[in-house]
Amino acid sequence: MKTIFKTAAVLIAGAVLLGAAAAFAIDNSPPLPDPRLQQRYLNLTHELRCMQCQNESLADSPVGLASDLRRDVREQILAGATDEQIRDLMVSRYGEFILFRPRLNARTAWLWFAPAVLMLVGLWIGVRVLRDRQRRVDVMGPPDEDAARAESSDP
Amino acid sequence: MNRFILPLGAFGLLLVVLVVGLVHAPEKGIIVSPLLGKPAPQFSLPGLLDQTSPLQAQSLRGHWTLVNVWGTWCGECRAEHETLLAIKAQGRVPIYGIDWKDDDAQARAWLNELGNPYDRVGADREGRVAIDWGVYGAPESFLVNPEGTVVYKYVGALTLEVWQREFLSRLL
Repeated sequence: MKTIFKTAAVLIAGAVLLGAAAAFAIDNSPPLPDPRLQQRYLNLTHELRCMQCQNESLADSPVGLASDLRRDVREQILAGATDEQIRDLMVSRYGEFILFRPRLNARTAWLWFAPAVLMLVGLWIGVRVLRDRQRRVDVMGPPDEDAARAESSDP
Repeated sequence: MNRFILPLGAFGLLLVVLVVGLVHAPEKGIIVSPLLGKPAPQFSLPGLLDQTSPLQAQSLRGHWTLVNVWGTWCGECRAEHETLLAIKAQGRVPIYGIDWKDDDAQARAWLNELGNPYDRVGADREGRVAIDWGVYGAPESFLVNPEGTVVYKYVGALTLEVWQREFLSRLL
């Protein structure tokens, strides 16, 4: 029985590793000459969306368009463009949608700040509800004593 | 009564946000091109059929143009071809094709076999020009005005109904 579990575990681990290997194999272009440039290349291709598959990054997508866009990112980096210039270029062709992390501007401000605002509102409501309940309990007196008395009077 | 005001208010607000989102949502899966209202990108492509006539940004000046991105590997493009031939027959605007990441010989054979709706075809063998046009899936069609400004973009196979409704209505 134990060996069956062991075999299963090994098989699952193998499958996971294979999956990981496949994910890395999508971008098989040679690394850029400078490790710092290569790091920028990796960062950018991970934060740009593959427009054809839409939920994968350029780095993770096997389609032709993604590899063309990776080539473009690589060439831009080698030509001396900054990350921001490359992002701007991509946005000018495909729109903000190509960025996985939307940039902070007037249109996206609510997207960035709404979660914090909503959490504060939620906290405020929570505190109010708790206080309300506390006040009502105070007025009614501790219910535990009543319960204890009821229990003891039970024959 | 008082204790319902807050949740009801929050619910009402949420409803407003969702309805506004639904009304303003672009057609499902269609991404609005940032090119609209801007000059067409600078480009120059070798001619597919006539080596001496390249397709370039200047070719789009002085007349309305339908720019159509296609490829022989694209199934939808085959479905669209009839419509392009019909638009060609109407003769309202020249159709310029960008043959996207294609094999030249195959592309010529396709036009010989199915008929050629294009006044010019540029061969974008490496897919660089298509990227500059913000293309993410063929077929895509752009309407360019005589000043060379991109006026409209349609993603997917054109039909005569779409041509009538979205393109011809914009021609001045």
